[in-house]
Amino acid sequence: MLKADSRDPAAWPRLLLTVLAIAVLWPGIHLSELNLGVLLPDSQNEMGRFVAQFWPPAHDPAFLQILLTATLQTLAIATAGMALALLLAVPASLIASRALSLSAASRGGVPSRLGRLLRWPVRGLLIFLRSVPEIVWALLFVRAVGLGPAAGVLAIAITYSGMLGKVYAEIFESTDQRPAHALMQAGSGRLAAFAYGTLPNVAAELLSYSVYRWECAIRASVVMGFVGAGGLGQQIDLSIRMFAGGEVASMLLMFLLLVLMADQFSRLLRWRLA
Amino acid sequence: MTLRLTQGSLRHANGVDALRSVDLHIAAGEQVAIIGPSGAGKSSLLNLLATALRPSSGDIEVLGERAWHLSARQRQRLRARIGLVHQAPPLPPRQRVVTAVLAGKLGQWSLGKSLLNLLHPLDVAGARAALARLDLGDKLFAHCQQLSGGQLQRVGIARVLYQAPQVLLADEPVSAMDPVMAGHTLSVLSRHAREHNVTLVASLHAVDLALAHFPRIIGLRDGQVLFDSPSGQVSHEMLDALYANEKLQSPTAAVAPLTVQIPRC
Repeated sequence: MLKADSRDPAAWPRLLLTVLAIAVLWPGIHLSELNLGVLLPDSQNEMGRFVAQFWPPAHDPAFLQILLTATLQTLAIATAGMALALLLAVPASLIASRALSLSAASRGGVPSRLGRLLRWPVRGLLIFLRSVPEIVWALLFVRAVGLGPAAGVLAIAITYSGMLGKVYAEIFESTDQRPAHALMQAGSGRLAAFAYGTLPNVAAELLSYSVYRWECAIRASVVMGFVGAGGLGQQIDLSIRMFAGGEVASMLLMFLLLVLMADQFSRLLRWRLA
Repeated sequence: MTLRLTQGSLRHANGVDALRSVDLHIAAGEQVAIIGPSGAGKSSLLNLLATALRPSSGDIEVLGERAWHLSARQRQRLRARIGLVHQAPPLPPRQRVVTAVLAGKLGQWSLGKSLLNLLHPLDVAGARAALARLDLGDKLFAHCQQLSGGQLQRVGIARVLYQAPQVLLADEPVSAMDPVMAGHTLSVLSRHAREHNVTLVASLHAVDLALAHFPRIIGLRDGQVLFDSPSGQVSHEMLDALYANEKLQSPTAAVAPLTVQIPRC
């Protein structure tokens, strides 16, 4: 037994929590019918044969040509969608954020009642825009504008404008408000005070969040490809249906490359700004 | 009358009365120092005079206009003519000094000019001249985060000098500076005020600096004006009464507990 002076008072609660966590998780594993045994590459089970199909990745010139086109299309969907989303998200976040409130500057950071009332419709619009997942929008737009990348672009633009607008507005509020307030108290307009007082503090965070969202948009555009919105996703869907495991493997590798690239890009931008 | 505060009271959101029925008249071109123990309401009074805070009751008149009876747009135009030096200058750490100084004129510039200035400083010479008066000309293109607390305070003063307001209010403008630099900075401020007929009101911790640089002294205690007299008539008894609770033997000792507050920037 431990001596009284070296006993950790948190030991019992921790042990109890661990036991509790296992007790809760164990039935869950049974209920979801998870059997890790099927993952082992064994010649007798289906999984082993399925995984074996993925090697080697397809690399014949004709397929690579298709892969390149699909990748460019995916990148284009994500980028165009983000650009459209920013067109709506930037003005909406500026209106929705309390950081640009003129009345807050002379009321200790609390905007006037009228100001809070006027911000609500914009917040409501942002909530509406992001409440429906992009895959649902994509399904709707595939019906409306037909199969192809345009549906994906519109779906990303709508959902992401809601997300970007909300998070931008919160990033503006989370930083030190005094520089912008001091400028507004010296007679400057809201936008100028924002550009001089708030933007220098939040630029790096805004940028890294935007690049991360662009990366998410790339992933989302792939998922939407499965419902017919073009790009890599549509190709993966086709290859899976044709049991062409090698092609799927090449496309997954391409995928890894895209995310890696987005990550490096974000790091480069942050390094330049810091 | 440049500044006229009538029965001005200020109650903070937490229920503390910062100012209680303060009457104050300051004529154009006057130079006034506000002294008093910490927590006396010096900053609140300056913020009230700068129209940065709205009085809970009472009336404030600046440059002949009743600030809180104006529309928001008119008030912003009035505020552009008032300069407030903050004790800890609120400057973004990554902003360059030249941009921080030029930001003084945002109230007078159009939005287009302001944004253009952000991409490329439009008046480097003007910013350099304002900084040079405070011996900071070499820091023009440094980032704010590279400066010390005292240097930042001087950047804040340079911004207000560049703004060229008609009323210059300063909240503990020299609290983080060494005594020599503090004296120099105050004389720069009072010379600027004299040359341009600017009304200057500064709050100070250091009583000797206040007596040396300002002809009129206002003693503030518990949110009320204890005395308001020419600096020549300020006696030891008055100062003892002003700082009474702090059990200080002589007014010069009041300089000692000067806390150097390093601003966040």
